[in-house]
Order: sequence, then C-alpha cells, then structure tokens
Amino acid sequence: MANVPEDLHYSKDHEWVRVEGDQAVIGITDYAQNSLGDVVYVELPKTGEEFAANEPFGSVESVKAVSEVFTPVAGSIVTINESLADEPEKVNSDPYGEGWMIRLKMANPGDVDSLLTAAEYEDFTKAESE
Amino acid sequence: MVSNLTATAPQLKLTPLNNAHRQMGGRMVDFGGWDMPVQYPAGTIEEHLRTRTHAGLFDVSHMGEIDVRGPEAIAFVNGLTSNDVTKLVDGQAQYSALTTEKGTVIDDLLVYRLSADHLLLVVNASTTDKDWQWISSHHAGEAVELKNVSSDYCQLALQGPDAINILQKLTDLPLTEIKYYHFMTGKVDGIDSIVSRTGYTGEDGFEVYAAPQHAEQLWAKILDAGNLGADDGVLPCGLAARNTLRLEAGMALYGNDIDETTTLFEANLGWICKLDKGEFIGRDALAQQKAAGVKRKLVGFEVTDRGIARDHQDVVIDDQRVGTVTSGSPAPYLKRNIGLAYVPIEHANVGQEISIDVRGRLVRAQLVKTPFYKRPK
Repeated sequence: MANVPEDLHYSKDHEWVRVEGDQAVIGITDYAQNSLGDVVYVELPKTGEEFAANEPFGSVESVKAVSEVFTPVAGSIVTINESLADEPEKVNSDPYGEGWMIRLKMANPGDVDSLLTAAEYEDFTKAESE
Repeated sequence: MVSNLTATAPQLKLTPLNNAHRQMGGRMVDFGGWDMPVQYPAGTIEEHLRTRTHAGLFDVSHMGEIDVRGPEAIAFVNGLTSNDVTKLVDGQAQYSALTTEKGTVIDDLLVYRLSADHLLLVVNASTTDKDWQWISSHHAGEAVELKNVSSDYCQLALQGPDAINILQKLTDLPLTEIKYYHFMTGKVDGIDSIVSRTGYTGEDGFEVYAAPQHAEQLWAKILDAGNLGADDGVLPCGLAARNTLRLEAGMALYGNDIDETTTLFEANLGWICKLDKGEFIGRDALAQQKAAGVKRKLVGFEVTDRGIARDHQDVVIDDQRVGTVTSGSPAPYLKRNIGLAYVPIEHANVGQEISIDVRGRLVRAQLVKTPFYKRPK
C-alpha cells in the first residue's frame, strides 16, 4: 500500500504539504508517483514566482505522460528542489523526502485547513482506485 | 494530478492473458478498446532496458489476423497491398501496407505466406474491423476464401538478444535456421505454433502464434525458461515499453506516424512500395507522387534543450508552424528525448535545427538519422 505520513496535509490532486512556520514544502504523494511510473523530467517554477491556491506550478513527466502539479496553498516560491533536474527519479524513490519540489512562503496559512488529513487522504485514494 | 487511473470498464476486449497480466501486477489501461497492460511493476524503463540487454515478453494477442485461402490468394492480396506478395516464398513474411486510392495508409501489416494458396495477414488491433471491411468489400469473385481469424490466435512476442536461447529451450524447431522475416510451424512446449523471426523492438526476437487456450501455458513457460526474477532474466513488458522500443528503432506506429492522411513516400516507406509489380490500389497516386516528389516527410529528431517532445506538438522553424510531432518520448536506452515529425521537404535534412512547442515553451531540437537505435550485430 502507498505510504501516507501522518504529519502532512494532502490535496485531492495527490500533492502533499508540510507546514514549517509560515512556509510550506510541497511534493507529490507516494500514491501519485506510483501511478505515474518512472519520472524522467520535472519542470519547476522560478524563485519569487507567485501562485494562487490550486494553480499549476509545474509538471512531472513519466516515460508515457505529462501531469501538471498544483500548489494546494497560495504563496511565493522561496526555493525549488534543483537536484530534480538531474535526478528526477528521486520523486519515485523518496517522494516525501529528497523528491520534494517547491518551498513557498504562504500567502494565507489558513489554506491548509481545507486540505485532507492523512487518514482522509488514504480513504480518498482507496475510493479512487476501486 | 493523476488522471489515468480509471478502473477498467467491463465492455473492454480481453486477450487470453488478461488474468495473467493482473496476477503479475500489470497496470491495465484501455488501449483502443482492449484492456491491456501498459507496464508491470518493474516499470517501463527497466522493461525497455531488459529487452535491449536480455529479453522481454509482450502479449500482442490483440493484433488481428485475417486468413486468405485459395488459388488466387496471392493475386488478391497483391492488388490490395503495396509490397510485392509474389516475391514471398513459403515460410516467409513481408512488411506491407493496405493503401487507399490516394496512396495513404489504411493499415500497415505483415503478410505471411504459409503456402501458395494460403496467406495470413497480421494487422493492427484498433484497425482490424476496418481492415476486414476493406478487404472483404474488395472481394469480387476472385477464387479466395476470407476469414477474420483474430480470435483464433494468441500472439506472444519474445524480443531481445537472449530470446533465441530462451525459446529454444521449449522447441525442437531449429531457431537459428529461421532467418529474419521468416517463420516455421511446429511445437512450442508441445503446442502447435507459428514461430516467426519478427518483432517491433529493433532487437532479434520471435513472435509466436498459437490457439488462445494455450496462451497462459506459453506465457508461463517462456517466463520460466527465461529465468523470470533474475537480474538478467526475461521481464514481461507492457505497451509503454513496446512503444519506446519501436520508436528508438525508428519504426512507424499506425495512428500516430502513418494513417489515411499520410502517403507511403511521405512516411519513408517507399521500400515497401513496389510500383512496378502490377496494379494495386493507390499505385497511380503513389507513382505520381514519386515523380513529382513529396512535399513533406517523416523525420527523426532529438531534443537538444531540456524537455520532452510529445505527440501532436507543433514543429516551429523560423517562427512558422510547419509540422507536427507524431511520436515523441524519452528514449530509455539512448537516454535522450527523441521523436518523429512531419516537416516540409525543404527542411527535411539531417542537422536541421527545429523548435517544438512544448505546452507553450519553444524547445530546440535537431533532425537526426533514423533509426535512432541499431542493435549491435
């Protein structure tokens, strides 16, 4: 079964959010990376770019397909995970760790309140794969 | 972000290996109305690499088969296809195309000559019904009997440098004596089969045709003989690897690179177009096009920027949208991002710089020779 860490927030688009003060670290879930297959390319935004909640901030490409990734919370980019340019496979091997994608300064920390808990996300993915 | 996770609809067609795929963890997708594995747990890249270095096994039972029997079988098929069927001998297969009056492609296919009065046509899955309609509608009194025998066969493709040694464990047929694009009939693990030295990966390998009730046995025995589970053993491979392997090998995919809007000459398939063999549908148009020259051509390209070109994206030269990518993908063995595209003939030269509109971003690429990959001899 897919790994769903307790301490993260989740979107129905299969992104995770880790809150660190007024910043949020964002990536895609284990379930998502497994569904995509081998990730071969990750396109990320530039530092300083601003995004509204649920806006696409980049894309993840497997051999077969391209998927947009959305930020579940609004904010401006503080840093991106530049190592994914050369090692996109980290998204598969360590989606919640070295496969993180962006860190942003949240415009509205309350955005996370509307996200799913780990338990809710687990139920959601079970329902989706049935 | 994940949109391709829809559960299997019940009306999809199943190959006799559907249960086997599910048991092995195949990720099933709707492929032209067929419920097919796009990949297994090893993943597309590993499946692709294993086929290049050892062996991969593919279920291609969704392909269609049409049986043509009778004293005029060769003449009848010769009038519908672009290659020269009269050149075949018993036990030989030929890559060919069903062509329209315009010289465009209804389907690409293999023509197997079992005997002088018996041919077997192997056609694409998604076009089987269309091909059957086309072929049977052109049957006008010739002494041939046509039969759509698609459901009478399973088809397994064992591809890669180790394919011959693996398959030889299961058959007394002298596989080394089967030349490329030739076949023999005989037993594989005791099952009556057609064993053909053909494939769609750019590797040496075989395609095995047998009655569908034996598919699971053949599948399991080949995986077993190929040491499934070992690092250098055979892997079951899905449609995604099949696509990347054929693209590296520069082979056209029907529905992407060739269809009823593209002619054989535009698609670089002049080598299967035998204009002097006698009358066939599309010959006049093709002869005219050959004399006048094509206006566009299918070319190979390699992306030189970061980025991956995908099917249907525009090709841009000097700010003009001049063509379309028909197949674009990462190439797992070559570790480059490659593709095929139609471009105007004046730009269709190796070394030509092009750009590809990748979702609004212009990504640079360069035309290169095809095939992108050629196996070591």
